Amino acid sequence: MMKFPRLLLVLAAAAAAAALHAAPAREFSPAIVYDFGGKFDRSFNQSAAEGAAKFTKDTGIAVREFEITNAAQREQAMVQMARRGATIIVAIGFTQASAVERVAKQFPDVKFALVDGVVDLPNVQSINFREQESSFLCGMAAAMASKTGKVGFIGGMDIPLIRKFALGYTEGAHYVNPAAEVFQNMTGTTPAAWGDPTKGAELARSQFGRGADVIFHAAGATGLGVMLAAKETGHLSIGCDSNQNYLHPGSVLTSAVKRVDVAVYKAFAAAKAGTWRAGQTVLGLADEGVGFSLDEFNRALITPEMEARLMQARADIISGKLKVSEYRAQ
Amino acid sequence: METYTIIVLLLAATIRVAAPLLLAALAGLFSERSGVIALGLEGMMLGAAFAAAAVSAVTGSAWLGLGAGIATAVALALLLGFACITHRGNQVVAAMAINIMVAGLGPTLALGWFNLGGQTPQLDGPGQRFMSLVWPGADAARSVPFPGLLYAELLSGHHLLVYLAAALVPLAAWVLYRTRFGLRLRAVGENPLAVDTAGIAVNRLRYQAVAISGVLCGVAGACLSTAASSGFVRDMTAGKGYLALAALIFGKWKPYPTLGACLLFAFTDALAARLQGVALPVVGVVPVQFILALPYVLTVLLLAGFVGKAVAPLALGTPYAKEK
Repeated sequence: MMKFPRLLLVLAAAAAAAALHAAPAREFSPAIVYDFGGKFDRSFNQSAAEGAAKFTKDTGIAVREFEITNAAQREQAMVQMARRGATIIVAIGFTQASAVERVAKQFPDVKFALVDGVVDLPNVQSINFREQESSFLCGMAAAMASKTGKVGFIGGMDIPLIRKFALGYTEGAHYVNPAAEVFQNMTGTTPAAWGDPTKGAELARSQFGRGADVIFHAAGATGLGVMLAAKETGHLSIGCDSNQNYLHPGSVLTSAVKRVDVAVYKAFAAAKAGTWRAGQTVLGLADEGVGFSLDEFNRALITPEMEARLMQARADIISGKLKVSEYRAQ
Repeated sequence: METYTIIVLLLAATIRVAAPLLLAALAGLFSERSGVIALGLEGMMLGAAFAAAAVSAVTGSAWLGLGAGIATAVALALLLGFACITHRGNQVVAAMAINIMVAGLGPTLALGWFNLGGQTPQLDGPGQRFMSLVWPGADAARSVPFPGLLYAELLSGHHLLVYLAAALVPLAAWVLYRTRFGLRLRAVGENPLAVDTAGIAVNRLRYQAVAISGVLCGVAGACLSTAASSGFVRDMTAGKGYLALAALIFGKWKPYPTLGACLLFAFTDALAARLQGVALPVVGVVPVQFILALPYVLTVLLLAGFVGKAVAPLALGTPYAKEK
């Protein structure tokens, strides 16, 4: 009776050996796991999706995608993709860090890239952005556009990442006008702070009431309320993450864009070319990883003098002549 | 003068924040006075917010959106009634089920229909939202020192649903205390057996009550997504349904005290938005975390010490079984 299971065991071992043998020869297969909000959120994830789409267009290689609808799916999705032979898995958003850490340990041969977070493992690339640099330029734009000398910042959840935006923005405003007053509000201390546009509008109205006339938001969907309040009260707002100039043309001064698409594209392209390396990658103005947006929707709001000063500051930051400090969590 | 302006702006913000809260609390008032626990306010409001934004985005009419919001909230209310009144299910469990179902269903449908990451499109076309109504002469009145600002900021410049919410308080009080329907409604929440022996159908009255609560929640939801902001986003009620229930309890299940409670909660919220990062005399700049906790601290203190005993309708939470 023992013969049969033993035979099975041998067969299984043979199959496993074959699979192992086949592994190095498998073809390049990129995959991406989006965060809450999904592929078409007009913000962070959508930008990532555009990067993946561009890669598919340029190389003809399909990218496997997964949109999570609850937190538990992250790890499952990554394990599934790794099992089915994904070569590189890109995870979008800092909330995926712990899932990436666990799955990356299970599959040491698969490459992982985490956008907006840090996981210190030999097969994980952590991609972060110098948000302070784009925030600095937005702070400059705000201070130049302001007539009252008072500008505002509204953050979502109170986390170091958002403090980083706030600090860069404040420095930028003071660079243009050392006497500028910068109001700073956080929406909350829980993830609910990313999705409360009514509260965002209320915070914006309070800052306008105190004399601010330009407000920069780094607050996800809460920011939609900020931008709406700016439009309704005849003030200016600054968008965040993706180019939001089109949302309320004429009332959005500019947007602090974060090129997640560039990050995703670069990770895929490097993995394909064999130049991919684990460790930390930080994308700033110099790598076109962050920037401010200028298009037909805000062309009339940014005067040529403003643009010249912004481009000069951009060049100075890239050359290292102008230093923007980075917020460090205490 | 500076201080006066700040106070008027603070009060105007209070009114804006209070409106959806008040509508939901009045919805809870009708439901709870009839003996049905109103924990489902959050879900009904969220469902209405989604339906209103979705329909307004597709048809371009805020009024059709409002109608869809009301229809959705009433449907959810009747579903709750079917579980709790007809089948005598546990009211807390059924209401929580509705809240959780709506929280998932809204973004899922939005993703399927609009492909915008669980949001509805931005409502910025003409007529897609309830805009602020500027009263005649408001801009001219602004320059008149004292009453001018009061008129321009406090009375004028809110959207239609704010005024509707304000008008609904006396109406609710009148219906509850001055009509036959109101008397029966209150009786059915205190002693359903007595109402039944008087030959009035208990369950029918309770269905009517939850349907009214659905209508009011529908308006509250539409207020959130098509008036106070421009579109639906995931979990946009952010606990306002539960806060409304707290206001109702704080207001001892009476219309005017409930209005007071809603205004107080809204005031602390508006104050919290304005206190952040402002240097106060003596203490200096207060930490953000403390300011954000302020409304909740105040709620606990008030409920614990200052309102006295709040007595719930006697039959609240108990389904009525007709004796055979």
